[in-house]
Amino acid sequence: MSQNHAEAHDSHHAGHHDGHDSHGAAHGSLRGYVTGFLLSVVLTAIPFWLVMNGVLANSTLTAIVIMLFAAAQIVVHMVYFLHMNGRSEGGWTMMALIFTIVIVAIALTGSLWVMFHLNANMMPDLHKM
Amino acid sequence: MTATAQGSDKADVPVFHFAEGEPEHHPGDSTMLGFWLYLMSDCLVFAVLFATYGVLGRNYAAGPSGADLFDLKLVAVNTAMLLFSSITYGFAMLAMDKGRQAAVQGWLVVTALFGLAFLGIELYEFAHLIHEGATPMRSAFLSSFFTLVGTHGLHVTFGLIWLAVLMTQVSKHGLIAANRRRLMCLSMFWHFLDVVWIGVFTFVYLMGVLK
Repeated sequence: MSQNHAEAHDSHHAGHHDGHDSHGAAHGSLRGYVTGFLLSVVLTAIPFWLVMNGVLANSTLTAIVIMLFAAAQIVVHMVYFLHMNGRSEGGWTMMALIFTIVIVAIALTGSLWVMFHLNANMMPDLHKM
Repeated sequence: MTATAQGSDKADVPVFHFAEGEPEHHPGDSTMLGFWLYLMSDCLVFAVLFATYGVLGRNYAAGPSGADLFDLKLVAVNTAMLLFSSITYGFAMLAMDKGRQAAVQGWLVVTALFGLAFLGIELYEFAHLIHEGATPMRSAFLSSFFTLVGTHGLHVTFGLIWLAVLMTQVSKHGLIAANRRRLMCLSMFWHFLDVVWIGVFTFVYLMGVLK
């Protein structure tokens, strides 16, 4: 088993050349995965508890709170499971991520904004008929 | 440095000069960046489906709403299945770093079982909805719901097929460099699907039940 380990490490090292040092942290650690998992459990359980038990009387407030929990959990997954940082691949993964977030934000807010009056403009409100 | 030394032996071989401090030019690393770019483009696919659901999600056409249809206990169990599969895949990656092939295979089996449980529960939910008459044809809300959640489920399905293929590869060839690279790609894919699911259970299920 230890020989297998040594061989695996050699091939691993050869594949990465001197970039190995900068890349080594990307594999994560047991501590990192467990931390991410526990944070995710908490950040998942609270929104479900809020909605299933109707803890907050105001549904708009509940929606805002659970969206904040979702955003926090996405960051937790990015950091602890996907090992995102500004250094991996010379910063290009972070650049691609930021670009994607900008496009996603434009697509989501743009769609909702433009289509906000969809029902008022296109068809009678069936619930009020 | 080494590239120039080798290149001087064979004059017809093209010599590539890499500047120091540009780690992104290493051939072994570019796969991960390329796969990350694929995931980002997949992210845009889901963004468009989320935007469509955001626009159409309240257009019930006098049919059932999310509050009528969604069983949050089932969704909570499903969320737990996907989260468990994420951490067990993480354990497989840690075992891979230590070169323990049997442990890698074991954790991949556990991951696959959680993934199958997720898919089974989702298919049960879909079958239940369709049985109740809440088909994709019923309303714009249900069309966009089935498209968004179904696309995520399809990704999980292909992830499971990929997982089965990689387990076969690892059992045949061991933890060679190519298999380690493939396992790292699937790791990113699998965790990415869990990230998308956070959006699904928050925007579709929890907020669908709210009003």
